[in-house]
Amino acid sequence: MHLMYFTEQPMSAYPAAEGRAFGNTALLFSNKHFDPVEGSRLYGERLDEYLYAEEVGIDGIMLNEHHNAPFCMQAKANIFAAILAGMTKQVKIVLLGNPLPLAENPIRLAEELAMIDMVSKGRLVSGFVRGGGQEQLATGVNPAYNRERFEEAHDLIVKAWTQPGPFRWEGTHYQHRVVNPWALPLQQPHPRIWVPGVLSRETIIWAAEHRYPYIALNTSIEATKRIWATYDQAASGVGYTPGPENRGYLQRVHVAETEERALENAREFMWMQGEFTGLAHPVWSSPSGYFSPEHRRGFVEFAAGRATSPRGRPSFEQQIDEMQIIAGTPKTVIPKLRRILEETRPGIMALWGSDGNVSHADTKTCIRLLGQEVLPAMREISTELGLDSPFEANAPVSLAYSAGTERVAATG
Amino acid sequence: MTETMTSTGTDQVVEVAGVQVHLARGGSGDPLLVLHHDIGHPGWLPFYQQLAERFEVIAPSHPGYDRSSRPGWMRSVRDVAVAYQWLLADLELEGVSVVGLGFGGWIAAEMATMAPRSFKRLVLVGAMGIQPDDGEILDQSLVNYIEYARAGFHDQRAFDQVYGSEPSTDQLETWDRNREMSFRIAWKPYMYSQTLPHLLGGVTTPTLVVWGAEDRIVPQSCGERYARSLPQARLEILEGAGHCVEMERPAELVQLITA
Repeated sequence: MHLMYFTEQPMSAYPAAEGRAFGNTALLFSNKHFDPVEGSRLYGERLDEYLYAEEVGIDGIMLNEHHNAPFCMQAKANIFAAILAGMTKQVKIVLLGNPLPLAENPIRLAEELAMIDMVSKGRLVSGFVRGGGQEQLATGVNPAYNRERFEEAHDLIVKAWTQPGPFRWEGTHYQHRVVNPWALPLQQPHPRIWVPGVLSRETIIWAAEHRYPYIALNTSIEATKRIWATYDQAASGVGYTPGPENRGYLQRVHVAETEERALENAREFMWMQGEFTGLAHPVWSSPSGYFSPEHRRGFVEFAAGRATSPRGRPSFEQQIDEMQIIAGTPKTVIPKLRRILEETRPGIMALWGSDGNVSHADTKTCIRLLGQEVLPAMREISTELGLDSPFEANAPVSLAYSAGTERVAATG
Repeated sequence: MTETMTSTGTDQVVEVAGVQVHLARGGSGDPLLVLHHDIGHPGWLPFYQQLAERFEVIAPSHPGYDRSSRPGWMRSVRDVAVAYQWLLADLELEGVSVVGLGFGGWIAAEMATMAPRSFKRLVLVGAMGIQPDDGEILDQSLVNYIEYARAGFHDQRAFDQVYGSEPSTDQLETWDRNREMSFRIAWKPYMYSQTLPHLLGGVTTPTLVVWGAEDRIVPQSCGERYARSLPQARLEILEGAGHCVEMERPAELVQLITA
């Protein structure tokens, strides 16, 4: 089991009433409400928490990025990854991930990631994502080519990491007449690539067909099982049988000294009314061309205010009932986590400790209790259930580098 | 080529540049190509009927819009303009005039710059395609389908008449599909070309530029710039009209076109 610590890095020090009055906090809510003095303080607290998480025995720090919104302060995952590469010693630095379509030059990403891998002495896990709908608008990138750009940028980065340069890349969205970066990843053949997601069936299939672990982002147990069914079917189509090493799960779990305190702090997971990606505007979060045509009808009805989000928006109580949010003392939390592990059988698990306005002190208490009691229990349960991580299973980094196909990939 | 008679005139499907293009055709007289807005071709409305009394009207649904197939390779509005020049050649039409509505006006202007003497007459109505000196072209990526379509109307009753006060979900899907195609070919710069203004000077076609004084989609400064850049252009401002002049004030627009 690979156990990671995660936080969205909320920009909690903003006038929430203004955000609610404006209605949608992702994309157009003015940055005149961003206070860099508070921003500086919050970055410091997060860094302190990451280092503490390493100290108490976490296996990995999971990082992500978002744009133009208070729900996430990381505008560039690679920045914090680089900082942690220098400041930590043991933890994996798990990027979930770099939004590839936003890159105008994927070679720059390949270089940055190679630098992080070398500086961290081979501790990088380089996840890739499509980026949310509003990220496309925040960066001026065409949402209609999102998936094409994701796949092409991925192919280019992996080639830059694995094939000696100089070579030429003449793609549909990227053209580079000279690819020859003088920065290459330490890990061979390349850092592991994990793919997180929530909804998109195409992404699950794409991950499975590349033999990349798929990290289900806090989906319900039933939804998670459907994801694995889709993944397993695609995997069998390309000739392998997936196991826990192919499955990751992000769980919101807040631990405190008392049940009351835990529940109170867990309510902060709803600080954006439970929306993962800020208070999303249905049009900004789903620009035309971004989502799969099979969801077109659902999204247009949502955009016109005739239907609820196809992504769902369950209440706090419902999320507690369905264990999408787990809160309590270690004693009450561990049996719930056991149930999650039994039902979803992941080899990779990210624990999202706190959100919103949970104090630095309470966040550190949560991390301490995770380290002292929850992580050891989860390791025991994982051993009992045979939930090996990709590292423990020594899983191939991709289908191309699976036994029997390696030579083809290396020369192809 | 397939052909069916419908209440909207004749509906044809023709292939051009590998695209299955739907054409609505009707009337007789000199050929008149009518190019629709980015929200699509709304059907054989009074504007088309009235034009059909004087012209042979050819109203294609742009590649990737409405029921026309989507060319995955298309990257620019100029590609659409070239496809339409190809279409006119295939149809063996001579002495064609062109009316371009909004986004269709941009396509019409591009077509005119490619063959500066090929059209009899050019009419640009609230045309996109050049950067406003003053104001901005409304960004549809930030508003929903109904809000965007409604922004094209100064008189909301005219919108209700065409689309209904609560447009159907099928209509929303069509708008989404059309919006996706607009993004595919006009995302950045959004809804204008940086080179088009420099090429308009060669167009000797007599041109009428029409603008609704209450256009909230494309600023009137674009109309003024078109009128300045095209050597044979005249600008007409319609007081009290929005962007979709042909749906709000069909008779007046037809009168301007036929005058």
